[in-house]
Amino acid sequence: MLSQNKTTAFILGYRLYVAAFFIFLAAPLVAAGAFAFNDSLFPALPWQGFTLDWFFNDTEPKLGMFHDDRLLRGLYYSFVIAVIVAALSILVGTTNAFLFVRGNFPAKNFFYIMMVVPLVIPGVILGISILVMASDTANYAEDVWGLDLEFLRPGIFLVVMGQFSFITTITSLVITARLKKFDETMEEAALNLGASRARVLRTITLPFLRPAMIAAGIVAFLVSFENFNTTLFLVGSEAPLTITMYDRMAKVGSTPVLNAVSFFLMVGSGLLALVSILVQRDKTKQ
Amino acid sequence: MTTSPMFDLECINIAKSFGAFRAVKDVSFNIPSGSFFSILGPSGCGKTTLMRMIAGFEEPTGGDIQIKGKSVLGTPPNKRNVKMVFQHLALFPMMNVFENIAYGLRCNGVSNSEIKKKVHDVLERIALPDVAEREIHQLSGGQKQRIAIARCMVLDPDVLLLDEPLGALDLKLREQMKIELKLLQHQFNTTFVYITHDQSEALVMSDNVAIMNQGRFEQIGTPQELYHRPSTAFVAGFVGDSNRWSGKVKTSDGSGGKVATEQGLEMAFTAAHGETIREGTEVDIFVRPEFIHTVRKTGSVGTGEAADNSMDGVVDSLLFNGANSRVLVRSAKGELIEADVTLTGNDDVKPGEEVSLVWSSKQAMCFAAQGAS
Amino acid sequence: MLQKDFKRLTLYLLFAPFALWIILLIILPHIGMVALSLREKVAPRVYEFGFANYLDFINEPIYWNTLLRTGSMSLLVTALALIIGFPIAYYIAKLASNRTRGALFLLCLIPLWVSDLIRAFGWILLLRETGIISSFLVWSGIAGQPIEFLYNDAAVIVGLVYTVMLFMIVPLVSTLDGMDNSMIEAGYNLGGNGFTVLRKIIVPYAMPGIVSGCIVTFMLTAGSYLTPILLGGKNSSWFTEQIYNQFITRFNWEAGAAFGILLLLFTSVVIWLGLKLSGQTLANTVAKS
Repeated sequence: MLSQNKTTAFILGYRLYVAAFFIFLAAPLVAAGAFAFNDSLFPALPWQGFTLDWFFNDTEPKLGMFHDDRLLRGLYYSFVIAVIVAALSILVGTTNAFLFVRGNFPAKNFFYIMMVVPLVIPGVILGISILVMASDTANYAEDVWGLDLEFLRPGIFLVVMGQFSFITTITSLVITARLKKFDETMEEAALNLGASRARVLRTITLPFLRPAMIAAGIVAFLVSFENFNTTLFLVGSEAPLTITMYDRMAKVGSTPVLNAVSFFLMVGSGLLALVSILVQRDKTKQ
Repeated sequence: MTTSPMFDLECINIAKSFGAFRAVKDVSFNIPSGSFFSILGPSGCGKTTLMRMIAGFEEPTGGDIQIKGKSVLGTPPNKRNVKMVFQHLALFPMMNVFENIAYGLRCNGVSNSEIKKKVHDVLERIALPDVAEREIHQLSGGQKQRIAIARCMVLDPDVLLLDEPLGALDLKLREQMKIELKLLQHQFNTTFVYITHDQSEALVMSDNVAIMNQGRFEQIGTPQELYHRPSTAFVAGFVGDSNRWSGKVKTSDGSGGKVATEQGLEMAFTAAHGETIREGTEVDIFVRPEFIHTVRKTGSVGTGEAADNSMDGVVDSLLFNGANSRVLVRSAKGELIEADVTLTGNDDVKPGEEVSLVWSSKQAMCFAAQGAS
Repeated sequence: MLQKDFKRLTLYLLFAPFALWIILLIILPHIGMVALSLREKVAPRVYEFGFANYLDFINEPIYWNTLLRTGSMSLLVTALALIIGFPIAYYIAKLASNRTRGALFLLCLIPLWVSDLIRAFGWILLLRETGIISSFLVWSGIAGQPIEFLYNDAAVIVGLVYTVMLFMIVPLVSTLDGMDNSMIEAGYNLGGNGFTVLRKIIVPYAMPGIVSGCIVTFMLTAGSYLTPILLGGKNSSWFTEQIYNQFITRFNWEAGAAFGILLLLFTSVVIWLGLKLSGQTLANTVAKS
């Protein structure tokens, strides 16, 4: 009896702990999201009533996020950067997957480790190292050839390169895992049925990889959208959203419009996450 | 070279080495049009390599492969009119049944209306007219099998290769599919080349069977020939069940005589098909269980046949399996011999009973021993 | 022969993007950074080779104190994340029913989809003097006046543990998920109690996941910038902040590059030690998760 009670108490305690953990996980997100709807100039209690002003109002002091030009521009740059990074990293991730699953070359394990390494280099260091190299190259080109390589100065191109440098590892790992599960006799079967190599790739192998490519693309998009550490050193005048928000926080202090942006991003990421889950679920069906 | 159009597929001294390892050694055979040909061998004997060379996935290191009398060496796999059903079928999971079957037609640039007609025709012929819109994962094991065959047959191949396609099925379905495959082959009247390590699949379905071992063909023949007139000890041991003895020939007229086994048993034998056995030769003798009659000591010897071999022993155990029941008899020398018995359910032999085993010298196939085999 | 050439060409074509990526964006920049860190400024626009930047680091206690502080706090955060996260991962992988398992796992992932900045922002709203917790304490009468929870080490640690928690839980769940329940049952069956089963069976089995989670967690923590700055205030003295100051505020790139190299070396050594001590390799931990 006693030990029975002890076990029940233990399980109850365990459940409470798990519940407390999830409250801990949710609390800051709820706080960040909820104040977007508080009809107050400060994201703090007391609750002043519900409002959508921080999204849609077009006049100061309660300028809504959809009328705040700098935030909108940040959102636009973030979007452009994330799309380019996602596209590039899917492309290279796919070629890497083929390289490491199908290829046979000396020191393959060493190169595989090299592929994983960018993920464990601190983002700040990736940022400064790329900044240093780009600036050195640009300075050299200017001094020696008189060339003005504008794209090697902090700006969108460098931000894309900086994020691409470690996000490609993520997409490579995701797509490699999927390609490893591919049954190569399927390619032979297609060849046997008369398809050319290009056609086999287009109609058999790539469709098989598609769910992983989409999922990897979504992860790449989100990681790029959220990135701060690497971007911080490479950003030029076209500041993406996280940088704009950080500036706002540092200069103006916290204002509910930041809560509105947070809420908007949470919903957007949530939807994308949902898409990626649906795509992955399709995969288990096969 | 022979370019007789009678043969759909002809292999001439075909060989394949992977480095120092010779997977296929100078194999030659030809397959008459419209027949069901099996290649039977234990795993690792080179049969898959042979098939992959015919399909074009491997280049042979020697010899020639001819399809309808034309050499296909150097022809890439997607240009050969040899289609293949893979071991795990390799149906495309991202396409439905219709698209799977249409795949090859689309590669050949067949028009859409033509594709529709052909796919529906072939689905009719495999008796699955309503599955065109199904997804692959919705099909049963047997249906997948038939779709995989239809996907090849719709292209009207010269030869259809089947690489142990029944291996993944459960026993009952496998039995059923054996018959179905044979019927399909008749219906399409296309040459089927079937590779397997399961002798019952090969024996039941084939017109001709090649027994392959260590990269070589041991014997090609009809299932009956292989079973009753094996030309090598390997074939005799591999096809069907056998009791096997090793011994030394005491007297022989070349085609038959007396042998003393290692256990000290004397036995009359017949030299195997095409063999000449001299006195003093080390030999292997094979006797199939169904040719050994179990006779009770108390009863009378009732077989009409010339049973010139006999041996006394005690029934060790009964292996009951309906019509295929057997009895294990321990001889006075201590060896165990298997013999078929008919068990009627009353007054059958029992373990512990003393019996005589009798068999004819005609059923004692004898081969000169080859080293360790 | 033709087929061989084709294969070789394909291999080169596949290798090209990989090589460009690793050489241009990882190897060359790091070599460049090492070279830059070994330059001394002797006069305006005049440089020579030397270790002055590294000597500065050794001679200035603030610098190496900051690095040690960053390292030790990162280890603390890693340990806390492991201790807090392991029971959760175990619950998700082994105790939850099939249906709740997926849902709980997704719940764990949700913060992953939100940026560092927003997570830190959320904590600010909770912890600051006018924040939710403080207001709640005043309202309920527990505290007489508003309390500032922000701008101290505890706040930084809470924020960091929160930020990296997912990277600890995900690899743990995936390794524990692969563990056969009967192994645990066999452990109990052979007379082990809860603690010995945990120590002798579960933890050794989950080791690759634990090490993988710890490596990623430690790296992310040591390299993090936003959370310490926003939750710890301007005096949080995190090493990445020093790098930022050298690069952006003081425009002393040579020193900044040296600091970057030092951070990289320091974290690499810690991870190398961790791998040695646990008998794991980078390939079977991080690469697998």
